[in-house]
Amino acid sequence: MSHDNQGHGGEAHGSLKEYIIGLILSIVLTVIPFYLVATGTFGDTATIIAIIVTAVAQVFVQLVFFLHMNGSSSQTWLTMSGIYAVFIVAFVILGSMWIFEHLNHNLLMGH
Amino acid sequence: MAVQTDLIKDPHILTGKLHWGVIPYTDPVVLPVMIASVLGGLALFALITYKGWWGYLWKEWITSVDHKKIGIMYVIVSLVMLFRGFSDAVLMRTNQALSVADEFGGGYLPPEHYDQIFTAHGVIMIFFVATPLMVGIMNVVMPLQIGARDVAFPVLNSLSFWLFFVGAMLVNISLFIGEFAATGWLAYTPLSGIDYSPGVGVDYWIWALQISGIGTTLTALNFVATILKMRAPGMNLMKMPVFTWTTFIANLIALVIFPILTVAIGMLTLDRYFDFNFFTNDNGGNQMMWVNLIWAWGHPEVYFLILPAFGMITEVVATFSRKRLFGYVSLVWATAVIGILSFLVWLHHFFTMGSGASVNAFFGIMTMIIGIPTGVKLYNWIFTMYKGRVELTASMWWVIAMLITFTIGGMTGVMLAIPANDFMLHNSMFVPAHFHNVIIGGAVYGYFAGMTYWFPKATGFKLNETLGKASCAFWFFGYFFAWIPMYFTGFDGMTRRLQYVDNTEWITNMNISLFGVALIAIGIGLNLLCIAWSIYKRNDPEYRDETGDPWDAPTLEWYTSSPPQFYNFGHIPHVDDLEPLRQMKKDGVAYQRPEKYERIHMPKNSWMGPVIGLLTLPMGFGLVWHIWWMVGVSFLAIIAAWFRFSFERDKDYYVEVEEVEKIEGEFLAANQGRSFTNGFDH
Amino acid sequence: MTTTSNAVDHHDDHHHEHEAHMADIGNFGFWLYILSDCLLFATLFATFAVMSQSFAGAITPGELIDINLLAVQTAALLLSSFTFGVAMLAAHKKNMFQLWLWMVITGLLGFAFLAMEIYEFNHFAHEGATPQVSGYWSSFFALVGTHGLHVTAGLIWMVVLFFHFRRDGFSSSNMQRLSYLSLFWHFLDIIWICVFSFVYLRGLM
Repeated sequence: MSHDNQGHGGEAHGSLKEYIIGLILSIVLTVIPFYLVATGTFGDTATIIAIIVTAVAQVFVQLVFFLHMNGSSSQTWLTMSGIYAVFIVAFVILGSMWIFEHLNHNLLMGH
Repeated sequence: MAVQTDLIKDPHILTGKLHWGVIPYTDPVVLPVMIASVLGGLALFALITYKGWWGYLWKEWITSVDHKKIGIMYVIVSLVMLFRGFSDAVLMRTNQALSVADEFGGGYLPPEHYDQIFTAHGVIMIFFVATPLMVGIMNVVMPLQIGARDVAFPVLNSLSFWLFFVGAMLVNISLFIGEFAATGWLAYTPLSGIDYSPGVGVDYWIWALQISGIGTTLTALNFVATILKMRAPGMNLMKMPVFTWTTFIANLIALVIFPILTVAIGMLTLDRYFDFNFFTNDNGGNQMMWVNLIWAWGHPEVYFLILPAFGMITEVVATFSRKRLFGYVSLVWATAVIGILSFLVWLHHFFTMGSGASVNAFFGIMTMIIGIPTGVKLYNWIFTMYKGRVELTASMWWVIAMLITFTIGGMTGVMLAIPANDFMLHNSMFVPAHFHNVIIGGAVYGYFAGMTYWFPKATGFKLNETLGKASCAFWFFGYFFAWIPMYFTGFDGMTRRLQYVDNTEWITNMNISLFGVALIAIGIGLNLLCIAWSIYKRNDPEYRDETGDPWDAPTLEWYTSSPPQFYNFGHIPHVDDLEPLRQMKKDGVAYQRPEKYERIHMPKNSWMGPVIGLLTLPMGFGLVWHIWWMVGVSFLAIIAAWFRFSFERDKDYYVEVEEVEKIEGEFLAANQGRSFTNGFDH
Repeated sequence: MTTTSNAVDHHDDHHHEHEAHMADIGNFGFWLYILSDCLLFATLFATFAVMSQSFAGAITPGELIDINLLAVQTAALLLSSFTFGVAMLAAHKKNMFQLWLWMVITGLLGFAFLAMEIYEFNHFAHEGATPQVSGYWSSFFALVGTHGLHVTAGLIWMVVLFFHFRRDGFSSSNMQRLSYLSLFWHFLDIIWICVFSFVYLRGLM
């Protein structure tokens, strides 16, 4: 029966190997931004970009290795609704940031 | 209603900020309402007790998890709240109309009372009339339309209803104990902050919306899961009826926007209760962030309200034009596009904030673009009627009223979408004229079309056609008289939310508008009369719906008795067509006994929804009045009830085949020998 | 029942199939809840982003945040995500002892995370960074605190789940509950990744 091998959200529950790979990757992706911030090796802009990249990468590591999202057909609706939510999250956060950056600029606040 | 805030002392340990002075027994407007409500409530309580109806109510309604009954309860509460919201409208219109005349100089309502009235009007009409009316109709119709036995999470559905109910009750309690917000329906900061609104009015606003808003989130989750996971076999997405599609998109919107409202209100709460500085004037607070968040929720919210109305219009048009719907695919895509674009227009509510040309241009253009898919829909409906054999039933009257009124409202919306125009029209009466134009003319007329259309499905008898049409006519003309003059005063510079009008040039417009309100009042009266008369006549053959399909309709919800059995369908058919029932009738296979019935799995009634839902009432009330023991006790009780419920085992049961056979036999017998004519030649 | 599902055809055991279908719906429903929770955090992040310079003359995060404490906190939560995964594997092997061993470890890591957060908040308040002093600290405490409240809820849920398993063992509904909690816990980890990246590390720069 299909439901015997369903874990969270209807997907397979993975293996110990998967979890260990996931753990190692997430440790690496955590250490990098910590190291960059603590030492200040790069300039501000480069560090911010590194933080964003490692954070996004680590979110994907969690999704793939811990939540076993793999885009298979049994997960169609999980994936589609997830993408939808990501878009709306982006609209709200980036939209607000954009709007207020322009507002602050026009009102000569801060920078 | 006008509470003197200086009467509120430091919160008492037992009674919080409560005090005899907060009950407005000296107010000549509120007092009669208060006495009538208390006496009416007591009379109702006594009647139910005397007749011994409590057991019945508890078993059949309060603890029911049947989506059809929950839907009916939503509609009933919304109609009661419509009465209150409309009373507020009448008070505002008469106050403005009278205030230009010398003898009433300044109007008869004091400013602080008037401010609460326009706030309550907006909050009630959006949250406690339009939303529940629509959610109620969705509840009744959507699971039937997709051939499901209930929604995905029936107990959660019951909880959603009771949370909404508590929100409505908190607004009503505010009329008699304390005050309501005097800030406008979206409680703009910093006015709604503790510095400028020290009373409990805004707190009532906060908790009423917070509690009912969580209910709406749960409904959205429930309906999205239902539509994606519980469709009848064979019904793929592109065979879903348009009303189900619009319900789907609307709830996808609600699922992701109501958390924004929850957080925004939560932050305002922290500002007011714990001196945080999100939206304050000082310490780095940012008032415009409130406006930003509330509209990031608020604009998709209006699409949440209108999309299901579009769906209702579509179903009515398709049925009564007696031909296939024109352009189903384009309607579906238009709905989806509106859904996505609705997230990208929110700034048009505050063009004047000053975020500059590029930001305003982007949101202005997005707003104009959203008019395109909406226009597609209008053409779809018109072309469906074109060359059809249109039957002008009462629900079609509402449809045509909607097509005309909504189009005008949409046009004025495009005018407002141009930032340069908006700088002149912002905060003028033009804006309320526009949104009443689309909300009354689009959403409300659509809901009434849907209500008239599906009424026999929910109750088993039709509404009186003549009274329905008369009500539509009064609403239609009433609307134009009430609001078209306001476009002109808006152009002329009259601002919104004026407690009195001192410009005598506007007196004619004010009086025309008041006349319009009187027409709408007659329309509402006829609406209620129509329902009452139809209930009275419900056993007449002319009203009774024996077949479950009084309109010879094309979709699945009509393929069961009216009202449907608790399990909805004795046997769920395989869906092979967008209009499955029409197809089955055409093929001559409708209403035939299936080879065999199977036993049906159903959820049991649950105490969880009403108990947890109603416990939020003392919690909300305690939070409003700072009665912390009451908050703590009800919160712990909610948690305990939740745990208790999670350990319950016996949540469902089976209906055996013999019982299904017996019930279904009667239903099929009523449909023997019917002839169908609906649109077979198209 | 087959009639309500899109499943192909009849199976001999209707009840079993019905249960699988209900489980599928439940999984999807909980997933939708997680998505709506995403928007809840998105709103808090948006507010934090907009207020990220609203110090109003009060103390700034760069002067307060201790990167070592942050590293330990992060390690605790990331590790707990891993141990929960191992617990899930044990549950699927129906090994009660291992399940509880790993769940207790997960819970302790979560509790340690929470304790460090409380210590940190307390420390910040002592240094003059209370939510009342500036828009920045209001949005900081609201965002990080909401995450903390979720972790608290997760810990309480673990305790409740203990009683569920003690009563019914590896019943299908208990496995459902465990998988919901697992999804919830991993979700909190994902949120924490965003918090330590965009709130703490950004604040330290």
